[in-house]
Amino acid sequence: MAQIFHRSTNFISRLSIYGAVVIIGALGYALYAIAMSPWYTDQNVKRQQPVPFSHRHHAGELGIDCRYCHTSVEKSSFAGVPPTQTCMTCHSQIWTNASMLEPVRASYRDDKSIEWIRVNALPDFVYFDHSIHVAKGVGCTTCHGQIAEMPLTERAGTLYMSWCLECHRQPEKYVRPKSEVFNPYYEPPSAGEQLKMGKKLVAEYNIKSLQTCSTCHR
Amino acid sequence: MNEDSIAKNSIDLAAARAKLAGAGAPRLWQSLEELSGTKEFVEFRDHEFPPSAGKGNDDINRRDVLKLMAASAAMAGLSACTKLPTEKIVPYVRPPEEILPGRPLFYATSLFQAGVATGVLVESHTGRPTKIEGNPEHPGSLGSSDIFSQASILNFYDPDRSQSVVFDGRVSTWSDFAAEMGNARTRLAPAKGAGMRVLTKTITSPTLGAQIKSLLGQFPEAKWHQYEVCGGDSVREGARLAFGRPVNTVYHLDQADVIVSLDADFLSCGAGHVRYAREFGSRRDLSAGPASKLNRLYVAESMPTSTGAVSDHRLPVRSADIDDLARQLAAAAGVAVPPSANASAKIPAAWVGAVGRDLAAHRGSSLVIAGEHQPPFVHALAHAMNAALGNVGKTVVYTESIEANPVNQLESLRELVNDLNAGQVDFLVILGANPVYDAPADFNFATALQNAKVRVHSGLYNDETAERCHWHAPAAHSLESWSDGRAYDGTAGIVQPLIAPLYDGHSAHEIIALFTGDAAKSGHDLVRGYWQSQRPEKDKAFEALWETSLHDGLIAGTALPAISVAPHADFVALGHTQAVGSDTSPLEVVFRPDPSIGDGEFSNNSWLQELPKPITRLTWDNAAMISPGTAQQLGLTTGDYVTLSLAPAGRNINGGIYIVPGHADNSVTLHLGFGRSRGGSVGTGPGFNSYLLRASSAPWIARGVQIAKTGKKYEFATTQAQYNIDLNGHPVEEESSAAVGQGGEHGRDLVRIATMEEFRKDPSFAKNPEDEKTKDLTIYPGYKYEGYAWGMSIDLNRCVGCNACVIACQSENNIAVVGKDQVARGRAMHWIRIDTYFRGNLDNPEMYYEPLPCMQCENAPCEYVCPVGATTHNAEGLNDMTYNRCVGTRYCSNNCPYKVRRFNFYLYSDYKTPSLYGMRNPNVTVRSRGVMEKCTYCVQRINAAKIRSEEENRLIRDGEIITACQSACPSEAIVFGNINDPNSKVAKLKAQTRDYGLLEDLNTRPRTTYLARVRNPNPEIRD
Amino acid sequence: MASEGSHNTAGVADPDPIIGPGHTFETVTDKISSIVLTRPVTPGWVFGLLIAFGALMLLNLTITLLMIKGVGIWGIRVPTAWGFAIVNFVWWIGIGHAGTLISAILLLLHQKWRTSINRFAEAMTLFAVMCAGMFPLLHMGRPWMFFYLMPYPNPMWMWPQFRSPLVWDVFAVTTYLTVSLLFWFVGLIPDLATLRDRAKNKTAKIIYGMLSMGWRGSAIHWSRYETASLLLAGLATPLVVSVHTVVSFDFTIGIIPGWHTTIFPPYFVAGAIYSGFAMVLTLAIPIRKFYHLEDLVTARHLDIMAKVMLATGLIVAYGYLIEAFLAFYSGDQYEIYMMKNRFHGPYAPLYWMLISCNIIIPQLLWSRKVRRNVGLLFVLSLVVNMGMWLERFVIIVISLSRDFIPSSWGMYYPTRWDWATYIGTFGLFFTLFFLFIRFLPMISIVEVRSLVHETNEEKGHS
Repeated sequence: MAQIFHRSTNFISRLSIYGAVVIIGALGYALYAIAMSPWYTDQNVKRQQPVPFSHRHHAGELGIDCRYCHTSVEKSSFAGVPPTQTCMTCHSQIWTNASMLEPVRASYRDDKSIEWIRVNALPDFVYFDHSIHVAKGVGCTTCHGQIAEMPLTERAGTLYMSWCLECHRQPEKYVRPKSEVFNPYYEPPSAGEQLKMGKKLVAEYNIKSLQTCSTCHR
Repeated sequence: MNEDSIAKNSIDLAAARAKLAGAGAPRLWQSLEELSGTKEFVEFRDHEFPPSAGKGNDDINRRDVLKLMAASAAMAGLSACTKLPTEKIVPYVRPPEEILPGRPLFYATSLFQAGVATGVLVESHTGRPTKIEGNPEHPGSLGSSDIFSQASILNFYDPDRSQSVVFDGRVSTWSDFAAEMGNARTRLAPAKGAGMRVLTKTITSPTLGAQIKSLLGQFPEAKWHQYEVCGGDSVREGARLAFGRPVNTVYHLDQADVIVSLDADFLSCGAGHVRYAREFGSRRDLSAGPASKLNRLYVAESMPTSTGAVSDHRLPVRSADIDDLARQLAAAAGVAVPPSANASAKIPAAWVGAVGRDLAAHRGSSLVIAGEHQPPFVHALAHAMNAALGNVGKTVVYTESIEANPVNQLESLRELVNDLNAGQVDFLVILGANPVYDAPADFNFATALQNAKVRVHSGLYNDETAERCHWHAPAAHSLESWSDGRAYDGTAGIVQPLIAPLYDGHSAHEIIALFTGDAAKSGHDLVRGYWQSQRPEKDKAFEALWETSLHDGLIAGTALPAISVAPHADFVALGHTQAVGSDTSPLEVVFRPDPSIGDGEFSNNSWLQELPKPITRLTWDNAAMISPGTAQQLGLTTGDYVTLSLAPAGRNINGGIYIVPGHADNSVTLHLGFGRSRGGSVGTGPGFNSYLLRASSAPWIARGVQIAKTGKKYEFATTQAQYNIDLNGHPVEEESSAAVGQGGEHGRDLVRIATMEEFRKDPSFAKNPEDEKTKDLTIYPGYKYEGYAWGMSIDLNRCVGCNACVIACQSENNIAVVGKDQVARGRAMHWIRIDTYFRGNLDNPEMYYEPLPCMQCENAPCEYVCPVGATTHNAEGLNDMTYNRCVGTRYCSNNCPYKVRRFNFYLYSDYKTPSLYGMRNPNVTVRSRGVMEKCTYCVQRINAAKIRSEEENRLIRDGEIITACQSACPSEAIVFGNINDPNSKVAKLKAQTRDYGLLEDLNTRPRTTYLARVRNPNPEIRD
Repeated sequence: MASEGSHNTAGVADPDPIIGPGHTFETVTDKISSIVLTRPVTPGWVFGLLIAFGALMLLNLTITLLMIKGVGIWGIRVPTAWGFAIVNFVWWIGIGHAGTLISAILLLLHQKWRTSINRFAEAMTLFAVMCAGMFPLLHMGRPWMFFYLMPYPNPMWMWPQFRSPLVWDVFAVTTYLTVSLLFWFVGLIPDLATLRDRAKNKTAKIIYGMLSMGWRGSAIHWSRYETASLLLAGLATPLVVSVHTVVSFDFTIGIIPGWHTTIFPPYFVAGAIYSGFAMVLTLAIPIRKFYHLEDLVTARHLDIMAKVMLATGLIVAYGYLIEAFLAFYSGDQYEIYMMKNRFHGPYAPLYWMLISCNIIIPQLLWSRKVRRNVGLLFVLSLVVNMGMWLERFVIIVISLSRDFIPSSWGMYYPTRWDWATYIGTFGLFFTLFFLFIRFLPMISIVEVRSLVHETNEEKGHS
């Protein structure tokens, strides 16, 4: 009787069997890639701000201490975003009519807040506290990256839970002397050195590797 | 405290800051603390949780189905891959000095109940009050609080609050209002204010009192009336009867060895009840073991109350027969008084005799307290007894009245009504009162009111009275206005605003000022001005005093001095005829403010509506409460919908019958505050309006009530199963016997009880050898808790079942309200519940409270069954609950032997009402639909304290962390701390012989343990 | 049965053969394949399908509502946080077991009679597992987070909590589904080929052609077919025992009195097979009637299945007995109360119904007359199905409703949406089943032919 299928279908059927395996694998990888991609995590993505504020200029070139603007970083969970007043302390003197700074002056004039785009945002159910991290020798740049070289601020880490855990599991890998916490140009010593120093500091600062859920989630 | 000291000298700043609250500021904080507010988040969330995921009805409508199209996409798991929305940071333009974003501030202020001020500390996050705690400096609080002050925060943010001035039903403005009042002033001036009437509630505010007096000075013809349902008329009149003038009575319960309560629920309502609960608790303390000296409490009452439940001897007596009982006791105490006109055989002579002897045996250390709702004569008798027993100056102290103008409020209102009906009232100003709803029915206030030519109302709500007034001006809540007020002992507290009025409300001070020509002055000026004029200190000195007073929340040394008053010799002759009218029908009806929502002031407060009432565990309703005996006699049962009619007046109301074990026979208790017709979205609806039955002739106890079945049934929603009350054969409820029964198949031994004698014989009666056995039954080595190990101890002997912990927890942990329907389905969300058990016969059972938070088991059955590890154990022994990991299999709840886990069967948290965002605790996640939640020992407070201590390189001090329930508890029954530190308070308590764990034979090793209850009965009485 | 076999060889005409007399390879093939290929669509079938489909739509509606509003639409509460959803889950998955038992274990044991029922028994398994599989998903508070139960590398560095039986369920059920599907399909291949060759119209040819994966019936095909079937049978056999054991762990791992008992695994498995065979009967009896397959699914089959039911039923009965005995023997007050609560608590009627459905009434099966009475057998199978459903209800709901602390006791009342979910799954099950009997050979042609061969052999002897 007449064949329904051409011989070539044999090949197709075989192909489909092996193909299935490959495709499923590829799909899995694609998902993983997306989850890790800057598009999804916003890592290293520059955000347009109402005022093109440059950390490179202020923290880097001018060397203004982080705490000059982020005043509550040592006292509160929230590092603090400078009120317009802080900007105006200088900019009422210098660049007084730079068009770039008009929104700042407007804000001060009309008593209307500047609406910055948040760069490092954690989900609601995550409770992060700046003060304790700073107090235990976790440097600004450890999480916020080479801030002193960012013309426009960007997110340095994925802010995934794994990203937090990397340090919470092995603080000695990242901790630095308290004196260096606010140094934007701090260079960690070589891996081996870091471990040696880290272990010492962890003991000295009484750093605990907190990994219980309620540390961050309540 | 340090924060406060910064806070106090910049209150205006704080207020100014709060003005910002309307504008940009809150959005910053929402994005920081609670995304809920930002538009993006709402969309995101709605994407994940369709808005229609509402409460209650499980019906489906077309729109629901359509919404699925949007929803299902998210349901398909996409939601997990949804990108977080872009957030904005909106910083201040000019930063406030004292506010540190992310760190709360605490302000001391006062809140009022029936005019009496109680000191509180209010937690404020960047200008938003979020939580109310007691003020340790304040004599009326000593750091504790009660359900009403706790729940005030919800009233403050209540979206149903009146939000704008209304004139003739049209929205108007404050300036128009002020102008109109100004005109009225000029209009009334010539006639010296003839025809002007001011109606207020009880006023203890010296400033307001002075203002009104100056008003009356300027308008001699004007009159000031006061009316408050629980205004304590009989207390006042009782004093007047005994001493010839109204005085204020202050009890020292800590000095009393024997206390007799005549229908008085002094532990959970009335002036100073928070302080009294503290003092009472201190005398139920057994830390000295068998040597400790317990007080002994006798309570005679009709409706079982918290006070009755913790008594050593409770006698169910009709409220009307208390008069009789009082006379017999008085006679025993040596006060010459003729027997009652309607002497009833109900009162067991043996009981009276024994109590009498006990009182006599404790001269100077005994105390008789008469209930606020008893007739004046009973109060007079109580005064006489205390005098005869030499208690005055020891357990009871008299001071001048704390009120600005103590009057018989019922008469005061009657006078107003008469004037109204006589058409003599041209201009009526009602401040805060709601007489249309709560005036005695025979006054027909609503109709009388129409006779006033101009009617002005100011209140928090646009309520029944406001509706019938020409002008209505929103009042400012205590948290957003300046004022002052006296505590139960006369101490003057300052009320300071934490935030600018949310809805352009204005305080009574400002409204009176419109008439006294101080219109220009702000509330702050008025209050400060008054005290400046009162105090000797001037300028700098006063400035300093003012600052300290704001900081402490009270003006030191303003407690009223004790005065010596002696009862008239002839008060008996004057008073004993005043006894309640003759006994026509055996059935009496007793009116009481509702234990949860009071006289109606809190009827729009969903926390309190859903709060299970003491003993009955009833929520969202009032009922006609009767005794099992009466129920049998009348052939009624819980849920019967009946008509209560009160001859001769012929008024009647419909309501459901509710059988309460231990209620006095032939007595019906009706709670007030329900059946509002204009009570807001929550307050309108629940229950029935008992005021319709309440006449000025018998405001609290009425005779001759008739009950007629309608044949209909009424559904109640209770949090503790009620199927157990079974009148056919079962003398005791099944569940209670199961709980307290010792041994046997029912002997779960959840509440462990002994009398003082038994305790002396066997101090460790609460220990059960079975519990110990299980301890080593494990093949795994036990976990060693280095550092902290958190634990809690709950003293059943101190707990007075006041529910403060429940509301405090709800406020601290953003616990959602679910509504009557859901409560009835067994889905109430309270993290701590107060189980109530009965022992003995139905007619007069012993009652036991058992507060039940999460036990934080060391071998937690909930943990190992969670498939996703959403509930895990932490290194300090806490049983963590991670909401964002929970997928809602509910396995943990099934496997929890204590059933303390709560599940969001629907989207219970209110994401839709913006005004509520501000109220939420920013440090606790708001749980959405489909996740499990439970008590965490206030882990947010633990973490905060840990961070502080770590930063300061020290250990957490004992008592540094105080859980919400603990801080609220007035009797100090709840203690939390580090059990690894043998010197901590909690460790010491757990070391007591009375310490026992719930269901320990399951080897769950609960971290929350109980101190067994020890009663101190009078050996002479066998009941 | 061996003895009966010897009977046959002894020449006495077999009283009731496992295949009707006079069947040749042709007749068998015709009879079975015709149902799919030539037989016109009967109104009966259409009617049945419509009803089933209606119920399926009800399921969709319920799930829709469930997703919009949440599990609150069910009667579940604290303390009874599991209700119909889990009851149905356990019940459906139990039903599946008969199919696997028949097709796997009986194959290994060379039970000839299995051949004519194993095909639709397997189908039943497959569909039942599908119905069961939905519930663990649906009953979750946040079903869209289901993947948290799967072990996969993720940026949270979180794994499922492997101590939880619910995680084991995930593996058990998915494995079960996969193996059953494979087994069923492999078994179908030769028949699909037959259909392909006999099909008249082109599309049918092509579809069956694709499904039969180029089967030509060559010797090598046959040998591989045999090996594959044996291997899969070997794989499936442990599942018969393991799957329901794991399901029973959901309860035994818990500490709730009425759950926390060691007897569950065996007694759940027995129960599963019990209900499974009941369901096979419930399906077989009407089908053989409507499609006149009395001579392929003979009275003998029904008789044997009835016997299996009787046997497993007795094991289950033993389970109940021990459960009650241990409760009192343990002296544990909670256990004792749990049992008393079953005997005369608020749910007592259900418990006694369960006892009569699962223990008392099935004793009728001792009588050969009953086993031969098709109508009665059908009713009995329904009774047992109901009984087994009640068993799960009793175990889950009654135990939860009154556990340790009396203050939190509470009754569970199913809402209309509980029922809708339950009825809905029947919709899914029968919709699939109706389509199956219409488009696939519901009896294995190949295997029955092999039977014909053997029976003819026996004839030859005499």
